[in-house]
Amino acid sequence: MEGLNELAFVLGGVNHWITVFLIMAGLYIIVSRSNMIKKLVGLSIFQTSVYLLYVSPGKIIGGTAPIIIEGAEDQLYSNPLPHVLILTAIVVGVATLALGLALVVRVNEAYGSIEEDEVYSVGDWN
Amino acid sequence: MEFLINLILLLFLSAVTVAIIGVRNLFAVVVLGGAYSFLMATLLIAMDAVDVGMTEAAVGAGVSTVLLLSALHLTKTDESPARHSNVLPIALSVLTGLILVYGTWDLPRYGDSENPMNTYVGAEYLERSIPETTVPNVVTSVLASYRGYDTLGETVVIFTAGIGVLMLLKGRRRREDEDGEEGRRS
Repeated sequence: MEGLNELAFVLGGVNHWITVFLIMAGLYIIVSRSNMIKKLVGLSIFQTSVYLLYVSPGKIIGGTAPIIIEGAEDQLYSNPLPHVLILTAIVVGVATLALGLALVVRVNEAYGSIEEDEVYSVGDWN
Repeated sequence: MEFLINLILLLFLSAVTVAIIGVRNLFAVVVLGGAYSFLMATLLIAMDAVDVGMTEAAVGAGVSTVLLLSALHLTKTDESPARHSNVLPIALSVLTGLILVYGTWDLPRYGDSENPMNTYVGAEYLERSIPETTVPNVVTSVLASYRGYDTLGETVVIFTAGIGVLMLLKGRRRREDEDGEEGRRS
C-alpha cells in the first residue's frame, strides 16, 4: 500500500513537471527569439500550459465531468471551479494574441521587418 | 489507465513544443501551434474539463490559428537565424523551471480527491448547483450565475481588445490610401 502511494505521488507529480517544462519552453521562445510572431506563439504556449496547472489538481481519479447525473447519488465529479477560471483565461489569451498580432502588422509597416534586432537597428531610439 | 493516457498526451505536447522551438518557417510554426492546441483540448477532455476542452478546440485551435495565419499574410513567413547566443535564455528558463518544480512539491497531486481544493469550495458548488440554479452542468451555473460578473468582465476584455485591433488596423488602411494617391500624383 505504501509503495502504491509513492507511485501515485510520483505519477501525479509527472503531470506538474511536464507542465513546468511546457511553461519554460514558452518562456524560452519569448526570451530567445527575435521574431515577433514566434514570440507571440511562445506566449500562447506559456498561457495554454498554465491551464494544465489549474485543471490537473481538480481532476479526481474515477470521477467524471461535472455535469450532474440525475439518480446517480454516489457518482464522483471532478472539481468544476478550475474549469470556470480557465474558460475565462482562454478568452483573455485570445484577446491578447489578437492585439499583439495587430501591433506586429503595424510594426512591419513602419519598419519593414518583424525581427526585433532589425527594428532596433532601423529606428531612431535615442 | 487515466495516468497513462495523460502521460502519453503530455509527451506528445512536449514533442510538438520542441518542434515549435526548432522550426524556422513561421507557417510550420502556426500549423504546429494548431496541433498543440488540439492536443491540449484532448488532454483537457481526458481531465474531465469538457467545457474547457471544447473552448480550447474552437478558440485555441480555430480562432488563434486564423489570426496567426492572417498576420503571416500581412507580414513575412520566415524567421531570420538567431544572432545572439542562447546561453542566457536557456539558463533563465532552466533556473525558473527548477524553482517551479521545487514549488510543485507542495501542490495538490493529479487525481487526488482529498486535496483541499476538491473538498472545500468545489464540492460546495457541486452540491448547491441543482437546488439553487436548476442547471445540471455545474461549470455553466458557476460561469453564468455565481460568477456572472466575472464573465461580464471577460466580455469587456474581448470588447476592449476588439476596439484596440480595429484602431490599430484602421490607421493602416488610411495610410495605404494616402500612399496610393501620392503614387498616382507622381
